[in-house]
Amino acid sequence: MSLELRAITKRFGSVVANDTISLSVGSGEIHGLLGENGAGKSTLVKILSGFITRDQGEIELDGTKLHLLSPNEAVANGIGILHQEPLVFLPFSVVDNFLIGSPKEYGYAEAYEALSTISEQFGFDLNPDVSASNLSIGERQQLEIARLLWLGARVLILDEPTTAISSTQREKLFATIRDLADDGMSVIFVSHKLEEVQELCDRVTILREGKISASVDLPSPVEYLVSKMFGTGVLPKTRIARVNGSSLLELANASAFEQPGQIIDVNLSVSRGQIIGLAGLEGAGQRTLLRAMAGFVPFAEGSFRLQSAEISELDYLDRLGLGFYYLPADRQREGLVNGLSITEHVALSVTDQSKVINWNIARSEAAKRIEKFSIKGTVESTPESLSGGNQQRLLLALMPETPLLLLMEHPTRGLDIESAAWVWSYLLTLSESGTSIIFSSSDLEELTTYSDQIAVCFSGRIIDQFDASEATVEELGLLIGGVHQR
Amino acid sequence: MNAATFAIIVASATPLIFAAIGETITEKAGVVNLSLDGSMLLSAMTGFAIAYTTGSVELGLLAGMATSGFVAFVVAFGGIRLRVNQIAVGLILTYFATKLSALLGGEFVRKPGPSVQKMSLPILEDIPFFGEILFQQNPLVYFSFLLVIASFWWIFHTRRGLDLQAIGERPEAAFARGIPVNTLRYFYTVLGGAFVGLGGAAFSLDAKMGWSEGHIANYGWIALAIVIFGGWHPLRVAFGCYLFGAIQIVALKMQPTLPDLAQVLPIAPFPLMILTLVFLNMRVVQSFTMRFKGIGRLIRGTAPSALGESFWPD
Amino acid sequence: MNSLQQTKYFAGAITISLVVSIFFLWLLEAPLVDTAKLLVEGAFGTNQRIGDTFMIWVPLLLASASLVVTFSAGLWNIGVEGQIVAGAVAASFVAREVQGSTTVILTLMVIGGFVGGALWGLLVGVLRVRGGVNEIFGGIGLNFVATGLIVYLVIGPWSRDGVASTGGTEPFGPQAWFPTIDGLRVSPLALIIAFVSLASVMFLLSKTHFGLRLRATGKNPLAANRFGIATSRYLLMAFIIGGGVAGLAGVTQAGAVYHRLVPSISGGYGFLAILIVLLARFRGLWVIPIALFFATIAMASFQWQLRLGLHSALGGVIQGVLVLSVVLVMGYQEVRQQREQSNSRDDAAL
Repeated sequence: MSLELRAITKRFGSVVANDTISLSVGSGEIHGLLGENGAGKSTLVKILSGFITRDQGEIELDGTKLHLLSPNEAVANGIGILHQEPLVFLPFSVVDNFLIGSPKEYGYAEAYEALSTISEQFGFDLNPDVSASNLSIGERQQLEIARLLWLGARVLILDEPTTAISSTQREKLFATIRDLADDGMSVIFVSHKLEEVQELCDRVTILREGKISASVDLPSPVEYLVSKMFGTGVLPKTRIARVNGSSLLELANASAFEQPGQIIDVNLSVSRGQIIGLAGLEGAGQRTLLRAMAGFVPFAEGSFRLQSAEISELDYLDRLGLGFYYLPADRQREGLVNGLSITEHVALSVTDQSKVINWNIARSEAAKRIEKFSIKGTVESTPESLSGGNQQRLLLALMPETPLLLLMEHPTRGLDIESAAWVWSYLLTLSESGTSIIFSSSDLEELTTYSDQIAVCFSGRIIDQFDASEATVEELGLLIGGVHQR
Repeated sequence: MNAATFAIIVASATPLIFAAIGETITEKAGVVNLSLDGSMLLSAMTGFAIAYTTGSVELGLLAGMATSGFVAFVVAFGGIRLRVNQIAVGLILTYFATKLSALLGGEFVRKPGPSVQKMSLPILEDIPFFGEILFQQNPLVYFSFLLVIASFWWIFHTRRGLDLQAIGERPEAAFARGIPVNTLRYFYTVLGGAFVGLGGAAFSLDAKMGWSEGHIANYGWIALAIVIFGGWHPLRVAFGCYLFGAIQIVALKMQPTLPDLAQVLPIAPFPLMILTLVFLNMRVVQSFTMRFKGIGRLIRGTAPSALGESFWPD
Repeated sequence: MNSLQQTKYFAGAITISLVVSIFFLWLLEAPLVDTAKLLVEGAFGTNQRIGDTFMIWVPLLLASASLVVTFSAGLWNIGVEGQIVAGAVAASFVAREVQGSTTVILTLMVIGGFVGGALWGLLVGVLRVRGGVNEIFGGIGLNFVATGLIVYLVIGPWSRDGVASTGGTEPFGPQAWFPTIDGLRVSPLALIIAFVSLASVMFLLSKTHFGLRLRATGKNPLAANRFGIATSRYLLMAFIIGGGVAGLAGVTQAGAVYHRLVPSISGGYGFLAILIVLLARFRGLWVIPIALFFATIAMASFQWQLRLGLHSALGGVIQGVLVLSVVLVMGYQEVRQQREQSNSRDDAAL
């Protein structure tokens, strides 16, 4: 099947998410779609999967023009999407998941047979009668791929599939994709991870700010690809040599469990003003570690000392009082309250104990913070109306002036370059005034540039910990994938 | 407790079965129709009114089904198209339908009307003990048996039933697979509502004959609670309905022995049932029952994950 | 632009409900003009009637105030009916057992009623917070229990001598009667309690840290937690305050209207208040005129029945039509507004 896109354009208000995008994928070709977060990749994927309709442009499959007004149509035409988080029905069994949405003529007999045939062909290990909630994300991907194959997908679009799977699963996935391509499948591999696109794809189309920045065969020089992704060459980010203060926190033999995620036997020391970056795949334990240190998840074992005082029994409220502060990755769901204005958020974050709120004071304080943090909004704005970057600025603005310990998940995820740079300059000033920062990130550049120390998480443990100046981005990538080195 | 008593329990629980199974279907699709108490009353009234005027019980039952089916449609429409909270629409409709039933039913109060005729099934009725309980009833009761089994089979053993579960569980995923989520939600909500209406009409034309204001008040809430109690599973829901019927009969039988509580006993089953459900739903009890595989599965039930949340493709 | 559009749609909804109401009147062969006249006359025609209208206004205001609190915490407190009953029972207990001056008794009745309602609300809260039981069903269950309790009391321990009927208990002694204005059945004290409660609730929610935290809990419990709000505690507090205010409705019903305990003491006002608050879009200020309007309709219902032979449920039907129309139409308006907003928003779902 050959898929051809011509001049696809999509606007959201004044923003042009996709600007005259053209590309073509032939049968058996693995085509990479590369770009930063926010470059327009997911809009294009949504158009191809029928979730949203394009404003302009044509889509042709083997010469036939497609309208793609609904997911139905995409499915019917053989376009299969593998979402970043596979859209699987968790309480149902694997075979039920297989069946839902397939043509009505198919029954359980056909499903069992197809499942076992496809599993054998690609080396999947899927037990049909097991509940999908027991599958790892990698296995859920396999389930989805098998299902799409059964339904006759001839074009497979994979949307950031390696975000939450282990390196072994990733190898398996890539092998599967190559086999599929060999069988004639047209594959579009959407990612922001340059190394993976380089490894897997035959050609790559790079998107930047909604437009096509380049369309080349692979392999291609990394510097070229990077410059097309980011607009300029990667500015060699100068590592600031920093001196840290006295020891502040000691985490020893700590274990904690939450659904999902865990940490096992973790040791960590934090000094005043130190910045520690937690590296690792999604689900390797960084989130649980941050949340346990914040007090949202209790320690099953181990000790957590603030200077010499044991604080592992304190809950989040108490730790807030000590000067801890937690910034979640999911800003809208966990960090901000939709429906409340910035003024109200500011009032919420104020810890003075007066019972009555003086709204005038609250409003002027809100205005002050809006200015200080360059938030594009008014005192009455609600989080829903702010962009991701501004939401992050708001979250930072709501912090106490100089917290003792800042626990941040993915500080610049989803932010444009300018906002990301601003966030880090603010965080660095904080650390200079003594705030210790522990942050998790999947951006290896970010980790190596801004951390003093990097701790690598894998399956709930910290498998390595070192000075950030000691490792390169490539080494870090290998460590994260579970390949011990160094 | 002899066969005759059990037979009465089965007969009196039948209307509730219609309502509860109907709501189970609706909630399995992800929609919560909180208007039951009002729409059952309204259906009881219209069912009786039509049957009284036309002399036809069948028309009355159909009228009842149409009435609650329409109310259910309003719930679905309000939630899906108008994006109003499903609970809010349901509560308003409860009030409105209750008052409407009183207003329009005025002229039918305490009038004698037609009722469903008993129809014993040949051969089956001669089975010792169970024959009297199950097969010397009226057609509505037999239909209720069919409904329970059919809905169980449909939901858990057919392809379309799988789709039904899918839209209540994770509508985005169902939609991505090309399943028309909202169309199906409209369908199942109205279908469920129609059965609720059948339950309402079954009261005024059979189990609790006639019509008066507030005739079957509170039964709607019981039906809603039984759906949760039954873990959204038709067989367990049916069990809950019969259990309630039994509690009512027991309360009735206790009246002569507890004359002081004569006024309280008829209403006692309602709080008793709800509190039982509340108790069984408590996290403490639920996690306790996890240890006992058999009973545990009888009692535990998980709500469709998307229950009460309307879905919009954009 | 938004407010203008909103007003237009609101007016449209009112028109729809008028049309539908007139339809029902036509159905019942009711004389339109007379019905309209009696709407005003029935509620405000005589001084007595004005007083009675106000005395319906009071429990509606209180129940609505209660619901405004619980709604802001994100709760569906259907149990408000039971909380009114609990307040009435507590107040009746005080009225029957306590000796002393009117001031003392009434004060204790008010306190007792608040506490009674608060405890009844707390029960629902505990079931929800500790037991994981949805507050709708916990509330309904406890409503049933409250009804059973009050019936039991009225025909049992608190029954009138020799007469075990559901007519009610013995009337309270004169010191336990809320003072009324000469000849009228309106109690200024009850009105004051109602308005003070509503004003307090509004002040609490909009001007205190507690209220802000409660609202944050209602909108996003996860984020509220991160702000240092102990959400479980706030939910329970919402039930306590809401239940207490609802209990005050029971106090005024028992002490100022019926002067004794009757099984129907809550009069369905709790549930009606749900409609009022939905119609008022949860705004305390709008509750005031809407509650008055609903009280007017309730009073008019009597006259419609008495003078025009219309069924007493007509008022309820009109109320239902009104709320349903407004809620559905305004829902539609919001959908259109959202659609326009998302088309022009700067930030795209990239």
